[in-house]
Amino acid sequence: MAVVQPSSPATPYRITGSFVLAARQFPRHRAAMVGLVLLVLICLAAALAPWIAPYDPVQIKLSAKLKPPSFEHLLGTDHFGRDVFSRLIYGGRTSLSVGVLVVVFAFVLGVPLGLASGYFGGRIDNLLMRLVDAFLTFPPLLLAVALVGLLGPDIQNVMLALGLVQAPVLARIVRGSTLAVREDVYVTAARALGAGPARIVLSHILRNVMSPIVVQLTIVFSAAVVAEASLSFLGFGTQPPQPSWGRDMSEARRFLGDAPWMFMAPTGIIMLCVLSINFLGDGLRDALDPRAWRTRRQLSKGEG
Amino acid sequence: MPLLSVRNLQTRFATDRGIVRAVNGVSFDLEEGEVLGLVGESGSGKSVTALSIMRLVPEPPGKVTADSLTLEGTDLLRLSEADAREIRGSRMAMIFQDPMRSLNPVLTIGRQLTEVLRRHQKLSGTAARRRAIELLETVGIPMAEKRLAAYPHQFSGGMRQRVMIAIALSCNPRLLIADEATTALDVTIQAQIIDLVKRLQRERGTSVIWISHDLGVVAGLCDRVNVMYAGNVVETAPIRELFHRPSHGYTLGLMGSTPRVDGSGTARLTPIEGMPPNLIDPIPLCPFLPRCRVSVPACQARPPERREFGVGHWASCLADLAK
Ligand SMILES: Nc1ncnc2c1ncn2[C@@H]1O[C@H](COP(=O)(O)OP(=O)(O)OP(=O)(O)O)[C@@H](O)[C@H]1O
Ligand SMILES: [Mg+2]
Repeated sequence: MAVVQPSSPATPYRITGSFVLAARQFPRHRAAMVGLVLLVLICLAAALAPWIAPYDPVQIKLSAKLKPPSFEHLLGTDHFGRDVFSRLIYGGRTSLSVGVLVVVFAFVLGVPLGLASGYFGGRIDNLLMRLVDAFLTFPPLLLAVALVGLLGPDIQNVMLALGLVQAPVLARIVRGSTLAVREDVYVTAARALGAGPARIVLSHILRNVMSPIVVQLTIVFSAAVVAEASLSFLGFGTQPPQPSWGRDMSEARRFLGDAPWMFMAPTGIIMLCVLSINFLGDGLRDALDPRAWRTRRQLSKGEG
Repeated sequence: MPLLSVRNLQTRFATDRGIVRAVNGVSFDLEEGEVLGLVGESGSGKSVTALSIMRLVPEPPGKVTADSLTLEGTDLLRLSEADAREIRGSRMAMIFQDPMRSLNPVLTIGRQLTEVLRRHQKLSGTAARRRAIELLETVGIPMAEKRLAAYPHQFSGGMRQRVMIAIALSCNPRLLIADEATTALDVTIQAQIIDLVKRLQRERGTSVIWISHDLGVVAGLCDRVNVMYAGNVVETAPIRELFHRPSHGYTLGLMGSTPRVDGSGTARLTPIEGMPPNLIDPIPLCPFLPRCRVSVPACQARPPERREFGVGHWASCLADLAK
């Protein structure tokens, strides 16, 4: 082989990385951007709650109970006369962190399990999947309750328990996709070029199983927000009067006839979050798959 | 010393129905700079032979054994998986049939090229990219520098196969195995890819194993041919010898079922009747016997032994086809 004579040694021949390209692609996905903006706003509101909430979320004022929405109380008041809007803003602190952390736990536990199981197969797969099966035979909420009982009833443990409960489902999904991708010719081709298991799993398989992962994680998020409510209802996690979307929603059911706003506010915000995350997930999935990328020209012509 | 030496290679797969003997005693040598064709109909064990050499047969369910399997004196079967990884992609490389699927759809061409260079040649990012551009130019991809950032789906099938060739040859392997590398491409593109392989092979002195069930392609490219049937090499000969004096009933049948590429002679296809044997039950006689049109009484009595028909030309056939 001839010695390489760089034509212009200063030229660094940059290749734009896949993730950079994906990141550039993302803003073109309109729904995903809407989702992102909404989520950022909701998170900001929760983070800045003490400064933007008009009332103390736990301040009881029986003289003002069950008031419908007005300029004074934008989303009305609940059965203790607490401002629903303020509770919504503060409740986001609990609910969003539960949702996000459960997603993170589920990802950290479930994805490596599923990848290992699917890629290595054989005995490892058998062992891991029997474990997953064992987990899946219990009703998820019951399992979470048992785990929280074991770990102690504070909010971190609730998140951990919910993540643990969701991880096997995710692992199973990742395993299935991995099994399919593992047989793809490019995986054999990569092995034929000397790639080891770590390289193959991380740079060839994981990237190709991202879309089912993203879809499942949006489901995990909404399930976690709702499950936190059930757990706190059972006396685990956040306790009254601390606001949480899930618990406020389940409490409001008793007043559905008299004060529907009490129910609609937390339900609406949960739905909004789930929807935003779904949009975001869609965009993320498309951004990670170059085949779904649309060029600027196609977009301006309104194609695809 | 030959570059690659294969002696009594046997590859078996444990399946629900029994042990499948996919490769059953293959032996051959591949010289430095030689282009060897591996032909045979579907299921004859060509791919499994290639994968066995590359140490890519999944074990289990597979099991590869051989009296010896050496590449440049290295005993391939005795290598640890980590050492095998070192050799794959650097001293031997393989390209596959389906260029639509042998590149990772979510990684850029540049990333897939540089990954190999960085792994085996320990090149820095910049050096690897520079080398990648050269390689793409070598295989005839215009505007190589721009193409590094492209994704496989932005390339045509022929272009992708060129990229695959660039990747496979990036670390200057001594052995290149091409498994049906042009089967999925249309005829014009096929010819271009074959020319490319020929040129690169000549420039670099790479030894090539070219797997195909198209004798026409093999005729234009290879120095020598191994004809495989039911997991074994049934005839081997220099390319001209094989066409002038096919000496195995199966080779004869294969030629009858291949259209003549040079336009001379008949272009009619005469497919071989019947099915290849299943590879689970032991085959005591000639495996091709039930389908053979030139069998002699001796074929019913004993398994065929290897017979010499010329220099480097032998066949496991009892019929005398030379007459
Ligand atoms: N993983 C496996 N498990 C069981 N049997 C297998 C496995 N891989 C290959 N085989 C069997 O080995 C035999 C040879 O297969 P191989 O792929 O080598 O054929 P081939 O000559 O390459 O055919 P083609 O021209 O169709 O590519 C076939 O009967 C096949 O069923
Ligand atoms: Mg094959």
